[in-house]
Amino acid sequence: MTSANRHVLPGLRLSLSVTGLYLLLLVIIPLAACVIRAVQLSPAEFVAAALTRRALAAVALTFGASFVAAFVDVALGLLVAWVLVRYDFPMRKFADALVDLPFALPTAVAGLVYASLYSDGGWIGQWLTPLGFHVAYTRLGIVVVLVFLGLPFVVRTVQPVLEGFDAEVEEAAASLGATRWQTFRAVLLPQLTPALLTGFALALARALGEYGSVIFISGNMPFRTEIASKLIVEQLEQFNEGGATAIAVVLLGASFIMLGVVNWLERRRAYYGA
Amino acid sequence: MAPKPNEYGPPRRHLEDPPWVRRSLIAAALLVLTLLIVVPMASVFYQALRPGLSDYWGHLVGDRETRHAILLTLFVAPLAVLANVVFGVAAAWAVARYRFPGRTLLVTLIDLPFSVSPVVAGLLFVLLFGRNGYFGPALEEWGIRVLFTVPGLILVTTFVTLPFVARELIPLLESLGPEEELAAVSLGASGWQMFRLVTLPNIQWGLLYGVILANTRAMGEFGAVYVVSGKIAGATDTMPLRVEKLMMEYDSPAAFAVASLLTLLAATTLLLKALVERKMKQQLTDAPG
Amino acid sequence: MRTALLILGFCILVPAVAAGLIAYDALREPADITFLNASNDPTRELWRAVNRKFIAEYAAETGLRVEIRQSHGGSASQARAILDGLQADVATLGFWFDTDMLRRGGLVAADWESRLPHRACPYHSTIVFVVRRGNPKNIRDWPDLVRDGMRVITPNPKTSGNGKLAFLAAWGTIRCRGGTDDEAREFVREFYSHVPVMDTGARGATTTFAQNGIGDVHLTWENEARLEVSESGGALEVVYPPISILAEPPVTVIDSVVDRRGTRAVAERYLLRLFDRPYQELLAENHLRPIDPEILAKYADRFPQIELFPITRIAAGWGAAQDRFFSLGGEFDQLYLPKQK
Repeated sequence: MTSANRHVLPGLRLSLSVTGLYLLLLVIIPLAACVIRAVQLSPAEFVAAALTRRALAAVALTFGASFVAAFVDVALGLLVAWVLVRYDFPMRKFADALVDLPFALPTAVAGLVYASLYSDGGWIGQWLTPLGFHVAYTRLGIVVVLVFLGLPFVVRTVQPVLEGFDAEVEEAAASLGATRWQTFRAVLLPQLTPALLTGFALALARALGEYGSVIFISGNMPFRTEIASKLIVEQLEQFNEGGATAIAVVLLGASFIMLGVVNWLERRRAYYGA
Repeated sequence: MAPKPNEYGPPRRHLEDPPWVRRSLIAAALLVLTLLIVVPMASVFYQALRPGLSDYWGHLVGDRETRHAILLTLFVAPLAVLANVVFGVAAAWAVARYRFPGRTLLVTLIDLPFSVSPVVAGLLFVLLFGRNGYFGPALEEWGIRVLFTVPGLILVTTFVTLPFVARELIPLLESLGPEEELAAVSLGASGWQMFRLVTLPNIQWGLLYGVILANTRAMGEFGAVYVVSGKIAGATDTMPLRVEKLMMEYDSPAAFAVASLLTLLAATTLLLKALVERKMKQQLTDAPG
Repeated sequence: MRTALLILGFCILVPAVAAGLIAYDALREPADITFLNASNDPTRELWRAVNRKFIAEYAAETGLRVEIRQSHGGSASQARAILDGLQADVATLGFWFDTDMLRRGGLVAADWESRLPHRACPYHSTIVFVVRRGNPKNIRDWPDLVRDGMRVITPNPKTSGNGKLAFLAAWGTIRCRGGTDDEAREFVREFYSHVPVMDTGARGATTTFAQNGIGDVHLTWENEARLEVSESGGALEVVYPPISILAEPPVTVIDSVVDRRGTRAVAERYLLRLFDRPYQELLAENHLRPIDPEILAKYADRFPQIELFPITRIAAGWGAAQDRFFSLGGEFDQLYLPKQK
């Protein structure tokens, strides 16, 4: 792929103009519209929309719940990936295929079914309610459904790294007298960390923007269980496009930072090699 | 944690965890998958089929508005995917085969829609095409409406699924390298011949993989279409929107019936995905070198 | 190549077949005229019944088949959608101001209110209470709503007609019983501190209360309350407070849309018919208080006599009420401070 390609391989102009035009129409112009709309807001308007206590509470909840869910995903995802890679058991292939389901399942369905499962009389809720846990229509419910959505991201980033581990490293550690736990903690975990971080960031990014599933299970109580996306929709429904844009800009900014972090991590990972 | 008895012994079976660890980890992982994934899926079908098969059929096919929503989803999603296939191939070719200024920026732009919350994606198009939007009034004079119409649905769906095909093809093309294509061109193949005979066969499974991912997302999209659809029953309601509407109308068996159909689609997707993954692995091992 | 053809086939054939089936569906029941009714949340069941009747009647009279589409949501949300270009031929919203927004947006003629009888309101309604079976908290009247620990469910006044009416009802009951504006403000402030959830539309609030089991009392439209109770299978019951607000939801055709689409005649006829006896009965059957006094008398057992105060008791009119209470920085914005946990 040197500059020689440019002269030999055909199609640069065609492919680049298709790509450029497409991105211009679908990505650049819409995002520019959003930015322009946001810039047109006076600072006071921006503050009034994006920095009200309610909006801040919604943004804080969105980030808080997403972070917690992504953390849980890292733990559960590592467990699942480890078991799928390291152990053989009946239905392993089936279990492996199941991991992708949260990605394939429409989020509205996820929200619908989780709300019905975890409501006080639901299949799972009926066992939790006597213990004092209310999941549906609480913050816990938001976290649970976000954990579901984020799981495949962690499993699928960790799995290939685990598969690529060299057995000799572990053998060496064991021969030096390390226990399995010590080997895991001191040898395997550090190597897994970049993949876990990437998985974390991907799960987090997914959770930050989630709407369909959360509105079914959260109850949408301002200050308690109302997420930022819901607030944007509500602003739109109140004729307040400016307000919606202001909150959207906050959310967009956060997502872009996440995207930047993911790219940075991936580049680092590629650099160090796994 | 647990001390191993043969700490100083010869390193036998050192890569295997003790059975109790293995078993409890497997049990824990299966429990996680069961609670998070299996039980919810089972519950979708249970709740959809509880009223009986004939009711189930009636909920899906007998109701005109639901039928329309199913067909509309089947109409909108593949068209959005088609647009992204054309784009994805072009973008991958440009990015993987050439170096040019702004290439990194281009890749970032391709990734962008993935990190835009669906609701915000919908908002972007409201800002453009709403009556008070930047293009809305001008288009209105031409008699073109985008918001609350099927083309609007296709547009936002295209936006949210934009990265999938390109993201799949770029690394694939990069790893394949340009040698075969260079050879074809030096043997006198035209651009189209080179693409059809060399590039396309090489990327076909990756392309299919991207299509499957994009289509899954397109059919299940909720937030973005929620904002731009206007939710007109029998006109701009897609399947996921219909689920929500039926829930709002106290008709939860019908909502679960539609949900079960979406779940079946997801399961089919997984199956296809697994098949294509196997093909891709085969191609990788068959490839010379 | 096979794969590429497969992909192309999928991307082109599936939509083609889907489009064909949609067209076939439309052909099987061909409609000569199609129009869209954008409506508020709690009237889904009403319009289903009205549409069925109107379609049959219109076909019998003119031989033309009408297809009526429905879009439902919070009243203000629907008005926003119409302003954003939702091609609704008629708007049957829950709150006067939302309809008037369409006039302000230039979509509806200035005289919309006088084009139909009864200031364009085919029915009245009010806000009542829904409580859990047996009324365990013994909620009878407005002051009961602000007792310690009471949790009240009512939708967001900013988006929902139901929400606005509940606010105005709470305010008005204080005023009608001799209280001052300050006392009313204090009561309403207290009232909203008892609201744990604010949905955007009436139906969302119903789901929160009835299905999600949140709250002790739900303030909603009379017809929504009846439906909610009958859906609950005995888990809920309606309580009529001694006094509440007289709700007057207006209807209108949307001039800019009907003129372009050529649907004015049928849309106007559709709305005008609502004021006639058979449709007034249909309204009554759906627990909306008919305008026609004879029909109201006939269904008197469905509509308990409580004092319904008109909006003019607390503001010059619905528009003035909107400006004073719900505009940006208005009374609602000033007094709605959430309960801190």
